Amino acid sequence: MMASLPDAGGHFGPYGGRYVPEVLMSPLEELEAAFLEARRDPSFQAELSDLLRQYAGRPTPLYYARRLSESLGGARLYFKREDLLHTGAHKINNSLGQGLLARRMGKKRIIAETGAGQHGVATATVAALLGIRCVVYMGEEDMRRQRLNVFRMRLLGARVVAVKTGSRTLKDAISEAMRDWVTNVADTYYLLGSALGAHPYPLIVREFQKVIGEEARGQMLEAEKRLPDAVFACVGGGSNAIGIFHAFIPDETVRLVGIEAGGRGGTLGEHAARFQGGSPGVLQGAYSYLLQDGDGQIALTHSVSAGLDYALVGPEHAWLHDQKRAEYVSAGDREALEAACLLSRTEGLIPALESAHAVAEAVRRAPAAKGQVFLVNLSGRGDKDMDIYRENLKEIDAE
Amino acid sequence: MPSTRIGRLFENLRQTGRKALVAYLTAGDPSPEQTPALVEALERGGADLIELGVPFSDPIADGPVVQRAGYRALAAGATLRKVLEIAAAVRRRSEIPLLLFTYLNPVLRYGLDALGRDAAAAGIDGCLLTDASVEEAHAYVDAMHRHGLDTVFLAAPTSTERRLRLVAQYSTGFVYLVSRTGVTGERDSLSAAIGPLVESMRRITDLPLAVGFGVSRPEHVAELGKRVEGVVVGSAIVSLIERNAGNPSLEIQLESFARELKHGFELAKSAS
Repeated sequence: MMASLPDAGGHFGPYGGRYVPEVLMSPLEELEAAFLEARRDPSFQAELSDLLRQYAGRPTPLYYARRLSESLGGARLYFKREDLLHTGAHKINNSLGQGLLARRMGKKRIIAETGAGQHGVATATVAALLGIRCVVYMGEEDMRRQRLNVFRMRLLGARVVAVKTGSRTLKDAISEAMRDWVTNVADTYYLLGSALGAHPYPLIVREFQKVIGEEARGQMLEAEKRLPDAVFACVGGGSNAIGIFHAFIPDETVRLVGIEAGGRGGTLGEHAARFQGGSPGVLQGAYSYLLQDGDGQIALTHSVSAGLDYALVGPEHAWLHDQKRAEYVSAGDREALEAACLLSRTEGLIPALESAHAVAEAVRRAPAAKGQVFLVNLSGRGDKDMDIYRENLKEIDAE
Repeated sequence: MPSTRIGRLFENLRQTGRKALVAYLTAGDPSPEQTPALVEALERGGADLIELGVPFSDPIADGPVVQRAGYRALAAGATLRKVLEIAAAVRRRSEIPLLLFTYLNPVLRYGLDALGRDAAAAGIDGCLLTDASVEEAHAYVDAMHRHGLDTVFLAAPTSTERRLRLVAQYSTGFVYLVSRTGVTGERDSLSAAIGPLVESMRRITDLPLAVGFGVSRPEHVAELGKRVEGVVVGSAIVSLIERNAGNPSLEIQLESFARELKHGFELAKSAS
């Protein structure tokens, strides 16, 4: 039942919906119709599935982390290796799907926003593959934090536009991308990267990401002959989390745990933990839990991880939260960095800073969970984060 | 006779064969204390209806000029509550119709019914929320109408016939036609999209129509005045305020700019 949401208006319970200027309403209706038609079309599905296999590297392995599990002495930890995908994160699943949709709709230009740069890189990659012009909006602050990804996008032929308004992070990049789309809507496809925004985006992104959980569920049954006790994923907008959660929603024995960015602490402006410091509101097309002040202005957020640094959580997560089907906790900057070090040194896996938040919570719970099986979405690899790791782990850099 | 100031304005203009100059400004820019005087200057210059912009941290429908004004106003303390105080100050001295112009989230946070009540008490006549689609607007429209406020919605060149009908159905006072796809901001020329949009809307509704987005010059006013009941000028006014924020002649300049714009309607008459 819950897995069949959203309703026709894009609502997950009260959340989601379509809160955009009228100029975009008809284009969103067209997008929805094109998506639903493509989803039913076997040739679209075949081409996507072929690209996911031959180009992106699906299926990704399910890896049992023996050394880490033994060192924690409790739960058995499995990692879904989305970090092994082409371009280094789960984002490529969605970019390939929507890229094919853009081409099918005859769009001549693709625009995207990016926070950590992973969605921008994935979209620039797909645009190159399909021969479609690409413009990526990125906050100036994120460009500084993720310099390498900026160059990767440019190398791939995309134009990266620095966004200098507001907090100069993901939120402002989305606003600027929406302004571009509002202006160039006739020939431009807006390739949104997370389970955010106005309907049908949260649905589209989930549908292109749910392959993560479908694969992992089958692989887990094969490896352990049982379902996991808990599934862990970091939640910025929430695309990797909804991707791995979705197949498990009907499995009531499986706990779903989303990890938000606890940042530097609990004060508004110091974190991006929407379920702890937020309340429902509307931002950039959707109604969901939102970090805002008493006057309804959007609060600033902070996380060491650019990909989690956003004021609104994807609407399907808000619904899963209210239904108590998923629980949402937070891990701070420091805990994420420590978890990244631990995973690097026990397993030889350097996670993306975003994914490190999920690792941190699984590691925290594992010792008290003897006999249980944990599934962690390793949604991206840490190559892009080397500068930030170096900045924050000076003791290692100085060795 | 229509029951709201906005309705009465358009009815009076219709009977006398005149058109409405609708002036937008961001309330609180450069400071909340100055806004009532700027509104009065616009009224002296001939503005018939004022859109009071309530600043929002993430204005997705606005171009750079209105964005900057919003950030200045926020920095100067212009919350929705403050803008209602500004409106009340204007209302003590003027009967000009006032339309709140903002985004949904500050309104949700304030509370729909509380806003309807407090806005009506402050002398506000209606409200326009750029990111409240008609599909999501039931509760908002009910709350505003309960307190006697008009609800104005946007219609766009991209709107389908079905959507235009919804927009007309939910709008009271007038319907705001967006002249082009894009954000707010000045343009050199008017969009060709506006003609078909006006014609489509006329077939659907008898409500007055006003056109905005990209309208900045007397000759634009002249051109549009031949087709619709109201013409909205926003970014050009906000830009004038930005350029002359500390200038003692700001109010005089604003008044004379409004007068030039209003004169556009006369240009239209003498040309035809």
